[in-house]
Amino acid sequence: MTYIPISPHERDAMLETIGVKSLDDLFEAVPAKHRFPNLNLPPALTEMEAMNELSGLAQANENVRSDLISFLGAGMYNHYIPSVVDHILRRGEFYTAYTPYQPEISQGTLQAIFEYQSLMAALTGMDVSNASHYDGATATAEAVNLAYAQFRGKRKKVVISPTVHPHYRAVIRTYAQGMELEIAGDEQSLVSNLDVATDSTETLISLTDDKTCLVIVQYPDFFGRVYDYTKLIDAAHARGALVCVVANPTALALFKTPGAMGADIVVGEGQPLGIPMWYGGPSVGFFTTRKSYVHKMAGRLVGETIDNRGQRAYVLTLTAREQHIKRERATSNICTNQGLIALGTAVYLSVLGKKGLRQVAELCYQKAHYAASQLSQIDGMGLCFTEPFFHEFALCVNRPVKEVNNHLLDHGIIGGYDLGQDYPALKDHMLIAVTEMNSKQDIDVLVEVLSEVSHD
Amino acid sequence: MTEAVMEPKVKTAPKIVEPTIFNLSSPGRTGVTMPASDVPETALPPQELLRADLPLPELAEVDVVRHYMHLSKFNYSVDSGYYPLGSCTMKYNPKINEDTARLPGFLFTHPLQPIETVQGNLALMFNLQEWLKEIAGFAAVTLQPAAGAHGEFTGVLMMRAYHKSRGDTRRTKMLIPDAAHGTNPASVGMMGMQVVTIPSDERGNVDLKALEAACDDTVVGMMLTNPNTLGLFDEHIEQVIALVHGCGGLMYGDGANLNALLGIVRPGDLGFDVMHFNLHKTFSVPHGGGGPGVGPVGVAAHLADFLPEPLVGVVEDGDDAQPPLYGFVRPAQSIGRMKAFHGHFGGGFVRSYTYIAMHGPDGLKDIAQYAVLNANYLQARLRDTYKIPFDRVCMHEFVAEGRFKDSDVRALDISKRLMDYNFHPPTNYFPLIVHEALMIEPTETENKDTLDAFADTMIKIAEEARTQPELLHDAPSTTQFGRMDEVKAARELVLCCWLPDNYKDE
Repeated sequence: MTYIPISPHERDAMLETIGVKSLDDLFEAVPAKHRFPNLNLPPALTEMEAMNELSGLAQANENVRSDLISFLGAGMYNHYIPSVVDHILRRGEFYTAYTPYQPEISQGTLQAIFEYQSLMAALTGMDVSNASHYDGATATAEAVNLAYAQFRGKRKKVVISPTVHPHYRAVIRTYAQGMELEIAGDEQSLVSNLDVATDSTETLISLTDDKTCLVIVQYPDFFGRVYDYTKLIDAAHARGALVCVVANPTALALFKTPGAMGADIVVGEGQPLGIPMWYGGPSVGFFTTRKSYVHKMAGRLVGETIDNRGQRAYVLTLTAREQHIKRERATSNICTNQGLIALGTAVYLSVLGKKGLRQVAELCYQKAHYAASQLSQIDGMGLCFTEPFFHEFALCVNRPVKEVNNHLLDHGIIGGYDLGQDYPALKDHMLIAVTEMNSKQDIDVLVEVLSEVSHD
Repeated sequence: MTEAVMEPKVKTAPKIVEPTIFNLSSPGRTGVTMPASDVPETALPPQELLRADLPLPELAEVDVVRHYMHLSKFNYSVDSGYYPLGSCTMKYNPKINEDTARLPGFLFTHPLQPIETVQGNLALMFNLQEWLKEIAGFAAVTLQPAAGAHGEFTGVLMMRAYHKSRGDTRRTKMLIPDAAHGTNPASVGMMGMQVVTIPSDERGNVDLKALEAACDDTVVGMMLTNPNTLGLFDEHIEQVIALVHGCGGLMYGDGANLNALLGIVRPGDLGFDVMHFNLHKTFSVPHGGGGPGVGPVGVAAHLADFLPEPLVGVVEDGDDAQPPLYGFVRPAQSIGRMKAFHGHFGGGFVRSYTYIAMHGPDGLKDIAQYAVLNANYLQARLRDTYKIPFDRVCMHEFVAEGRFKDSDVRALDISKRLMDYNFHPPTNYFPLIVHEALMIEPTETENKDTLDAFADTMIKIAEEARTQPELLHDAPSTTQFGRMDEVKAARELVLCCWLPDNYKDE
């Protein structure tokens, strides 16, 4: 079926007004030999048939709410989403609106983004936030663009911690292909020989020099560990470089903010804030910074103003930075934000608020620590770090992770991320994530099944 | 008159129509609460690692719902009215898509789950890759890019990698027509390449002489939107592509206007080497107030090895008894990863899959034909009132001039006046090659009554411009909000609000 609301009679009247005989006559500019191809696609479905087909596909998956217990994180997390979030997102006034270029009739979207910006600045401890990026990885890549532009391309080195998410590091390398940028800190040799027992702060400081525009670290790092980066940030600033902290937003409800450590840019994946995992997206990349860097920041930005009736209102501002004005001189080609997802995040933060978000963070912390203490008692298994951690930790399982995870899956459990894929030194280690969605019983089952593995 | 000049200048505190979520906060109020912990307690880390205060608002659920409901009423939307917004394809977003995208099997799957547990997702992605290949005539498709601009960046990276793989390192110039979207040159700028602007001829086609002069062995390729941003199908498209290919360049298609081509012509058949799709335009993913978009990229066979990793592929063939096993594959010379995970699966792929499945090959052709019918009908109705600088049969959109002889009324004033009649304005001031451009794209999902009402209103506004221009200069007057002080926003740069200074914790 189609959604075309024009009857054959109306169509004919319109063709007559235009002065052509048939619909096909409208396409004479198209080369005749390629005109009207036969598309080899399945025949059209009615709504009922489409719903059946899509339901079948969805049911062919095993999901982490009703089918499986999951301890998988590594950048996307299974959190509870209050009902109210989706009720707001389903409002046609929000989801079927266009980009708010006409502020007189877009104040709903504009004020919601302004509030999202405010909530993210409050959470990260920074001055300003933009209206969002595609995801955490691309937001991090945009931090590189900001820093590169801040020094007008004169500082061409980026120092990145090997404990930043491997996919984020990959995306930065993809983005940097045309930029003549040197990326140091996560070279294969450093990653392969990663001494996981020691803090990499000193290595990162030693790599940071007067050609460095940006130092990037993750908080908690990819292995879940929480460091105070103040010393690193001070050292980077002493060499004139900016520092970007890739942060988990749930952790920020509990831990010291990167803003308080002196970070210049705080980015991250906003999915934990009320957005379903949705097999990887769409989610939302948040980007917050100091006010002094706002002119070099990519992406949309909403600012407060008044209308000609004296009412407080909001507009897209500093648009002169953007591609439709600056074209090839723009810092970034970005021309969307994750508007609807950012709205979901704002609703989530509003409805949980000061107390609720802290509760979520503490539940994650408590349950992860319970799981870690129980798992580390299993013969032959153990934690490989002693540093404070939030809701993820690396567990040594002393045999191939794939084997262990296959066994867990037979028992209805998705085990942790296989760290050996990215870190040869962490062969036989899995990264286990625990959130408020994991009950004590889930954790006890995991411990029980893993105990069986260790005794096999 | 510019937007900055505003009467009256307001000196008093602004009137608050809807307080911010921070202003609505009240100490000690709670919304959604979480269950108590069911595990033995662990001490929190040392105080110096913790944050002292979490300055988020405190509200009850009903406060939050009312607030966002109030805000929603300030928005214009496709569900509430007509959006003839050129280049944006603001078509109706079918409601079933909202339900299929939210099936629990899609919502609650993790991107790193074992492939055996997500065969439904992977089958959907595989089929969508296949369908997009078929619709646009390409050999391979990546679904990963998050938006059109992200797809463009992906495409340009692949063009660069292709030339580099052949040892052809002199190519640094990208040819871009003067009518192009701003994202085209911006994508090229991100790569450190130079943009060479190619003018349009008097019929709105690429100027072949200028193109020929620009084609040499330093050309990476050309980025072309076809139909272009004037809504016109290039009458010499095959010659344009032959010239670019002739100098060793690659042809990039900006798929922004693919809605006009569904079942009409496949860009791959015309010779385009690479093209991004805007699933949020062509395949009805709602615009969401500015995103998320979805920007898959299709390529011809010679570029397939350079696609971003990973792609969805068949990792074990099926047979009569077993379906194939879908998994991930890495193209041999991949440019790398564009995004943390697999792209905008839930919001983008599921909705687009639903939409394509329901249309089938004939329904897709209907979309293009009726989109083009509607645009030509509106053009015919407005031709005598508004100057159409490139006046010929258009595709899915056309561009009129929003100015009149002996009048100071501008396109902006016409746009704002349309709001008083409850229409969303067309796109203004784009493309840059038309004076006071009004770019009008009706889409296929509007009926004749709506188109007639819009045309009648446009004709009435032209009359008002002559007789009562102040109605246009002062517009909109019937909306909740009036024209904005954009200068104040940029000068004062208030980008965030906080809990009030006197806010006390309980």
